[in-house]
Amino acid sequence: MMGEKVMQIRDLHVTFDTPSGPLEAVRGVDLEVEAGELLGVVGESGSGKSVTFLATMGLLPTRAHVTGSVVLEGEQLIGASAKKMRDVRGRLLSMIFQDPLSALNPVHRIGDQISEMLHSHQSLTRRESEKRAIELLDIVGIPQPADRARQYPHEFSGGMRQRVVIAIAIANNPKVLIADEPTTALDVTVQAQILEVIERVQERFGTAVVLITHDLGVIARVADRVNVMYAGRNVEHGTIHSLFDHPSHPYTRGLLASLPRAGKQRLKPITGFPPNMLQPPSGCAFHPRCEFAADVCRGAMPELRQIDDLQSACVRAKELPRAESFV
Amino acid sequence: MTTQLLKVTNLVKNFELRVNNGARRKKRIVQAVTNVSFGLEKGQTLGLVGESGSGKTTVGRCVLRLIEPTSGTVEFEGQELGSLKFEELRALRRKMQIVFQDPFASLDPKMTVGASISEPLVVQGVPGDHTDKVIELLELVGLAPDHAQRFPHEFSGGQRQRIGVARALALNPALVVLDEPVSALDVSIQAGVVNLFEDLQHRLGMSYIFIAHDLSVVRHIADRVAVMYLGKIVEIGDQKAVYEKPSHPYTKALLSAVPVPDPKSERARQRIMLEGDVPSPVNPPSGCRFRTRCWKAQDVCTQEEPILMQRASGQMSACHFPES
Repeated sequence: MMGEKVMQIRDLHVTFDTPSGPLEAVRGVDLEVEAGELLGVVGESGSGKSVTFLATMGLLPTRAHVTGSVVLEGEQLIGASAKKMRDVRGRLLSMIFQDPLSALNPVHRIGDQISEMLHSHQSLTRRESEKRAIELLDIVGIPQPADRARQYPHEFSGGMRQRVVIAIAIANNPKVLIADEPTTALDVTVQAQILEVIERVQERFGTAVVLITHDLGVIARVADRVNVMYAGRNVEHGTIHSLFDHPSHPYTRGLLASLPRAGKQRLKPITGFPPNMLQPPSGCAFHPRCEFAADVCRGAMPELRQIDDLQSACVRAKELPRAESFV
Repeated sequence: MTTQLLKVTNLVKNFELRVNNGARRKKRIVQAVTNVSFGLEKGQTLGLVGESGSGKTTVGRCVLRLIEPTSGTVEFEGQELGSLKFEELRALRRKMQIVFQDPFASLDPKMTVGASISEPLVVQGVPGDHTDKVIELLELVGLAPDHAQRFPHEFSGGQRQRIGVARALALNPALVVLDEPVSALDVSIQAGVVNLFEDLQHRLGMSYIFIAHDLSVVRHIADRVAVMYLGKIVEIGDQKAVYEKPSHPYTKALLSAVPVPDPKSERARQRIMLEGDVPSPVNPPSGCRFRTRCWKAQDVCTQEEPILMQRASGQMSACHFPES
């Protein structure tokens, strides 16, 4: 089943109207999600990683202009009607977020919130959906699921709430689950539990998972393939092992080099600051911070090209000295 | 030769919680910090790690007397802070500063950066014009002198955190409490701020209490590490001993839960998966507070509270069945 493409994003652009002028948050993203894989999407704040996937979900505010193509199971999602998107969300595509409390309705019982999701895409009797809700709570590792289904969100801890949100997201067995920083608000021991739940869901139901995160450690733990985003573009793409073993893009190299590691004497930050997206730099947006920048980098915006077993948007990727291995 | 700058003994902080339960009002006590003791030497960094609710931030604030401890003593340069009068405490505060987590909330948006940085000097009644001092401080933290006239909104998160550091350093403190100082920053920016802390300590010789939930950053910067769980220190010792030979099961589990940015070792690792969440500090478990999540727990852990004891690899840990 691996290798079959369930979602294809082509030349996606998202522009917001702001008081200071148009802001292009996503500037031509190409990306594919394969069936059953765990795709990591890494980038810092403002890199467009969340906006890209909010666009696929049709969840951006109306002041956002979205162009390009997102095809999921043969259906075009960009420009689709609100009715069509309601049908797609939850059934084919689900998304979970950093803060599970705001994703849950405080005045409804957990079990009812799962049932609601079930009823919106399947015709089930009340008894069937209740039974299924309890099963789902059990799958995501909530103890005494039958009792817990009758409780309200405030009676759950942060980690347990995130499990509930996952149960709702997978209720209709979607093809793709998008997880946007799902463990960022959680403690590290709870983070480990939630990552395990996500992996379990992926294995058990063959759900493709897109994990959006800024944490390269989380990526190293669970991802099969990785997309690195910078300034609204995909700058590097590859399998987890090639990306960590011989990153080709200077931004990826910089990120990996800046992390504290055991036995490391001095940290190596990336110089400069993330770009102002109202006036992104010309050419490769990373060039003002790049130690390998040359004139060619200021010209045209570079596209992803195959460099050995990686796809890289660095025009100088082949000339660069081989990066130190980060594994 | 090292000299002790700070000595904290049996620090306790209880918060009162009023619970409105229908018609009845109940008072409940949250034990945020229970019997915490540690020392800090001049020019050294103590890392304080733990999950949310472990009391690490409360310890930092009690040390600075930003909140009044319920009991226990804090000695700074040999003076017990609790015995000082208000004026004496204020004078001593020159030497103790704090940098907060959120660089957006900790600067007054209506004050220029220069005014924010010189405010501690004004408050402490340092005479004269502070322009030169502000320029010196801005350069010290890697900003430009003309930044003094600008306002906080003109700066990025990393730059604002540098402004916060400049303000903390205005009075040449001997102790700086860094409360999650890089958690709000992007990875590529974090490294620069961590380097700045190291450089400043090297040049100016102050001590840090570095509070963080990110164990890899603490490993990098700290000389000694204290691991907190539910208001207590469960393990404390040299960074190397705690990270390489953790003695308390909680430390071991915590370290094993931290994802390492290396796919090969990350996938090969034997992981200790802790069950459940941290219990409520309103009603902490009897005996060892970690026992409800510990895979080694026996009856004795319920009945008897373990005390911090010296272990073979040099650190102290509070466990009946230590790892080493």
